[in-house]
Amino acid sequence: MSNTTPTAQKYAPGQHPELPPPFKTRGVMLWLRENLFSSPTNIVLSLLAIYFLYKVVPGVLEWSFFDAAFTGSDRNECKAKAGGACWAFIAERWRLFTYGFYPAEERWRVIVAFIMLVVVTIAILWEKCPLRKPLLGFAVIFPFVAAFLLVGGNGVKMLVGLACVAVVLLLLYRGFSSALFFILAIVAALAAKIIFFGGVDVPFTSIHINGIVDLEQYQQLSLKRVSTDSFGGFMLTLVIGVTGIAFSLPIGVLLALGRQSNLPIVKYACIVFIEFIRGVPLITLLFVASTMLSYFLPPGTTFNLLVRVLIMVTLFASAYMAEVVRGGLQAVHTGQTEAADALGLKYWPSMRLIVLPQALKISIPSIVNTFIGLYKDTVLVIIIGLLDPLGIGRASLAATEWNGLTNEVYLFVAVFFFISCYAMARYSIYLENKLHTGHKR
Amino acid sequence: MNDSVNNVSATGRALGDSTIEIRAMHKWYGDFHVLRDINLDVKSGERIVVCGPSGSGKSTMIRCINRLEEHQQGDIIVDGVELTNDLKNIEAVRREVGMVFQHFNLFPHLTVLENCTLAPIWVRKQPKAEAEATAMKYLERVKIPDQALKYPGQLSGGQQQRVAIARSLCMSPKVMLFDEPTSALDPEMIKEVLDVMIELAEEGMTMICVTHEMGFAKTVADRVIFMDEGQIIEENEPQQFFNNPQSERTQLFLSQILAH
Repeated sequence: MSNTTPTAQKYAPGQHPELPPPFKTRGVMLWLRENLFSSPTNIVLSLLAIYFLYKVVPGVLEWSFFDAAFTGSDRNECKAKAGGACWAFIAERWRLFTYGFYPAEERWRVIVAFIMLVVVTIAILWEKCPLRKPLLGFAVIFPFVAAFLLVGGNGVKMLVGLACVAVVLLLLYRGFSSALFFILAIVAALAAKIIFFGGVDVPFTSIHINGIVDLEQYQQLSLKRVSTDSFGGFMLTLVIGVTGIAFSLPIGVLLALGRQSNLPIVKYACIVFIEFIRGVPLITLLFVASTMLSYFLPPGTTFNLLVRVLIMVTLFASAYMAEVVRGGLQAVHTGQTEAADALGLKYWPSMRLIVLPQALKISIPSIVNTFIGLYKDTVLVIIIGLLDPLGIGRASLAATEWNGLTNEVYLFVAVFFFISCYAMARYSIYLENKLHTGHKR
Repeated sequence: MNDSVNNVSATGRALGDSTIEIRAMHKWYGDFHVLRDINLDVKSGERIVVCGPSGSGKSTMIRCINRLEEHQQGDIIVDGVELTNDLKNIEAVRREVGMVFQHFNLFPHLTVLENCTLAPIWVRKQPKAEAEATAMKYLERVKIPDQALKYPGQLSGGQQQRVAIARSLCMSPKVMLFDEPTSALDPEMIKEVLDVMIELAEEGMTMICVTHEMGFAKTVADRVIFMDEGQIIEENEPQQFFNNPQSERTQLFLSQILAH
């Protein structure tokens, strides 16, 4: 009887010892019962799923591994060896799938660029990466280095150009706090053009200021030029995908902030841009890039097709990204900006330090979703004649000795895309967990 | 001569010059006239409690003082700087005026310590080590130095509000604005926040505090201001205000909140 009264507790208030959570019984049978057979519906569903897997998986494994031919010089040889997949085709053509028509003796440049990409990506994504700071610095110039490696050209010119761009950007950055640096940045850009890059035409006059230093005489660091027409395969997918991903996020953030701006011109410019780009299919934009753009540009301007595609893909993804980020911005409580304002933070620090970290964290799933969409959309460039992996696949299938191996080609390409996209998805989950700062349970 | 009389508070403490002057200030939300002819003069070191029914414009008024809300007519001069559309003035005022919000508004993605050092580093351009030392000093004052490396989400409401106070103090403000700092707290936590505020008041901080804590008003305030329908109805020292309210509206309000 006395057990029911609260005064009969064994411990005085606050004196109860901290006990470990009860021991969880773990075992295969228990797991099965809890997760697969916990109710009649679940039993039926589980059994159906198991039956389905039993019917499908062995067949797939049989076709793709156990009854597949890995060597052989043409389709008939494959068929003679095994009834399943003919991977000999991929084994023979994988270089084509990887590099497109990039010249064989220059392929080391693609490999170097790829290794750099992997290192830079690891440094950006992994906080505890050794040498992270210098690597992040390198990440900033990586796009230029990669472009130089892949396209080739005059290395000295590239380095000088890079240095000039760095100086101008630095001055522009300082220009946010003082208008003097803004003017200095423009002066520096003009000076660079005059000294190193062939001079300038004074607008509205026929005066031409000649260049001072001709960088073409320094050929020590030059790489053989490779036409972007020869880019293809997974390399092309990576070039377009990585460029789109790397540039669409910052541009999207700026567009989203612009759309929320109090300045009407900025605001409506952003709205028009976003709504126009979003309202048009990517294929249309790619067609515009490949054909119509030359009508709009001054006659005689040559503008590399790949560059045009990169710009269009990036702009397309940016418009989507802007709306994703805007959703995140709206989810950040207004109290956050008020607190930042009350502490005296100006607009940009307040956005960069307080609002954007929270908004981007909220938007991670949608941002990665957009990235994955963009990455897979890169196969659309086949329409304007660039040879992405699918394009290479179709071209290869036309060869008489491999005619008809459609399944192998599409499965191979699918596996490549799946690995890339699944990696992005997993990273997004890891990032969400890492950025979770509430009660960790 | 007259000045010296003006510069002594109800509690007999010497007060400095005017820190905040509000003259004939009006504010509208669209067509709705929220603040009507507000006149207020706050001396340095003075402690003011603003009370009144909800929707009376108390919060809006103190939010005008650091320009979280814009006023459309009249003048607000804070520490010699007039609040206009000029961003430079607004930033200058905000550097000197700290604010504590009802819902704390701590930055959830930063640790307690980072919350406190952010503004000193980015606004006052203090070196990180110095900012951290100051932050720890104030966190000790609000009695939570041991939580410095936790995230706000891991703290109780009372602890979060004390962090918010410390965060404001790290900017060494000349004035502190409190916008219902205890309204979102459990009864047990209200005391720990009020204790910090009382301590702050005793050190001579200029404070304007919107609150329903009448006990706090009685012990700490130099002046109590009663607002209703966007107007300042009554303004008096606490003794007089509570024992001998002048207007009927004040009497009604006091009878309602002091009844239980």
